[in-house]
Amino acid sequence: MFLRRFLTRIATTLVTLFGVAVIVFVVIRVVPGDPIAMMLPPGATDADIARLQALYGLDKSIPQQFVIWLGGVLHGDFGTSITTRQPVLGLVLSRLPATLELSIMALVIAVVLGGLMALTGTRLRDTRTEGAIDVANGMALSVPDFLWGLVLILMFGVLWPVFSISGRVSPALVPQFHTDFFLFESVLRLRFDLWLDLVGHMLMPAVALAIPLAAIIGQLLKQSLKETMHLDYVTLARTKGYGENHVITHEALRNAILPTLTLIGVQFTFLIGGTVIIERLFSYEGLGNMAIDAVINRDLPLIQGIVLLFALLFTLVNLCVDLLYAVLNPRLRHA
Amino acid sequence: MLDGRSLVKRTAGLRLWLSVAWLSLLVIGAVFAPLVAPQDPLMQDLFTARLPPFWMHGAEPGYWLGTDSLGRDVLSRILYGGRVALIVALLAGSATAIIGATLGLIAGFYRGWVDMVISRLVDIWMAFPPVLFSILLIAVLGTGLGSVILAIIVIDWTRFARVVRAEAMAQGAMDYVASAQVAGRGRFSTVLTEILPNVLPTITVLLTLEMGIAVIVEAILSFVNLSISTDDPTWGGMIAEGRVSIHQAWWVLVFPLIALFLTVLSFSQLGEGLKDRFDPVLQ
Repeated sequence: MFLRRFLTRIATTLVTLFGVAVIVFVVIRVVPGDPIAMMLPPGATDADIARLQALYGLDKSIPQQFVIWLGGVLHGDFGTSITTRQPVLGLVLSRLPATLELSIMALVIAVVLGGLMALTGTRLRDTRTEGAIDVANGMALSVPDFLWGLVLILMFGVLWPVFSISGRVSPALVPQFHTDFFLFESVLRLRFDLWLDLVGHMLMPAVALAIPLAAIIGQLLKQSLKETMHLDYVTLARTKGYGENHVITHEALRNAILPTLTLIGVQFTFLIGGTVIIERLFSYEGLGNMAIDAVINRDLPLIQGIVLLFALLFTLVNLCVDLLYAVLNPRLRHA
Repeated sequence: MLDGRSLVKRTAGLRLWLSVAWLSLLVIGAVFAPLVAPQDPLMQDLFTARLPPFWMHGAEPGYWLGTDSLGRDVLSRILYGGRVALIVALLAGSATAIIGATLGLIAGFYRGWVDMVISRLVDIWMAFPPVLFSILLIAVLGTGLGSVILAIIVIDWTRFARVVRAEAMAQGAMDYVASAQVAGRGRFSTVLTEILPNVLPTITVLLTLEMGIAVIVEAILSFVNLSISTDDPTWGGMIAEGRVSIHQAWWVLVFPLIALFLTVLSFSQLGEGLKDRFDPVLQ
């Protein structure tokens, strides 16, 4: 049963990815304007045009073009960027680590903030503090990351300039590392000055991304905790003489956390999607910022590569969450 | 005693009325912008560049919220920008609702292969990051108000389709639908007269929330200069200008940001308020 669920889930993921490829291909190919015309110098002859069309496979039928294109994509050939004349895959992979580090940092902040809000709200339930947390949560939820980013820029970039609001790393410190995971590699190389600089640059965009997710986590976790607090086994722990803090963190949390974990997985994809505009806002050199530049320059192969990579990331995160949920939830595991 | 629950409940009515008040103010300001705006929103005048708002030293009368680096009046631009925001909210919001809800109703009531196709499409759509998807669509469609609205519809129909599909399934399983069918109603007529009225509250709530989302999407697109033409005032465009001159003239960023913040907050509070009023299912 478990294996069948697993295989079905992987099959639907493949169907989704195929659909994604079709849509990306169709959207890019219906672009008004001829990509060949943009590449040629003025005064090119008809023969030149035909030669280039043949070179890029544009003289074939649309389904044929799709098959050729998809074959290339599956072999890691995402085409060549029009603006930089470099292979798209390399460009995209060089920016991916920056975006991943930012997303993961935002996720950690969201889990910590949301968890603290839920635990505090449960500990102080039915008090003014819980009411205040609820109101703050509601506010944080109704306003998207883009606006929180602007508020943070005003607060910590202008009113009280303590954090950097632009870039990924100070120009004087740009590292020559093996990988582009600067934050991770700076720890391994014990370059703590660089690490602090990176965190200082990342903190504001990460917090902007984290605020809406923290609110969602806080809300759901508090609700599940409060429901758990009425269960018999929690009462039993209380009668054994454990303090309220111990009961919440050691007894109630264990049972209340599962729905929140699933939610975090789903919401994490929204957070990754949010990096596109947040990176732009904070001039952070990640994938999202590159995507917007690519759109402004009409660099279609590059846009195509970035969209495909994001879609792949989204689908994989969703798949992992589903599988993890099946493993963690005893009711599904033994079904 | 003032406990946690009552703090949220007590302020719910107040928050709802504040939201309605702000949105009404915005609608009046946008509709009558040519009459109430103190200046021409497009008029550039380098002699009045970067004037501060009225309470600060160096302010000029008639420029209540100051001017940007080209000497354009911030208040007038906010009022005209409100027009764009509200048009997008109304048109994109309602078109998204109609298309998404129709597909959701069809999938939820007819089930079978129609449902399978629509649900699979929703899955595929969920694999695209919305902001990136909208930017990609604008790159393909070209900039302009129509493209912005079309992009929002293309991206957000799934929000309605998902929820309405689930609702329609739940309603379709109820006795009253079965009795309507026994009474000889056709399937199409059952959907229109029995299911739709029961799903309408949900659609209204989602529509209110969607309007707030549409305002944000338009702001994001105009922030990256991919919305309507650069000359016309938009909140996102003003914010982008303000972001550049933030250290010289903070008011160019702050006032449109406040307008955007309050509008988005109001739409979502209105949605939450409506949800509490007439829909126990969504709570």
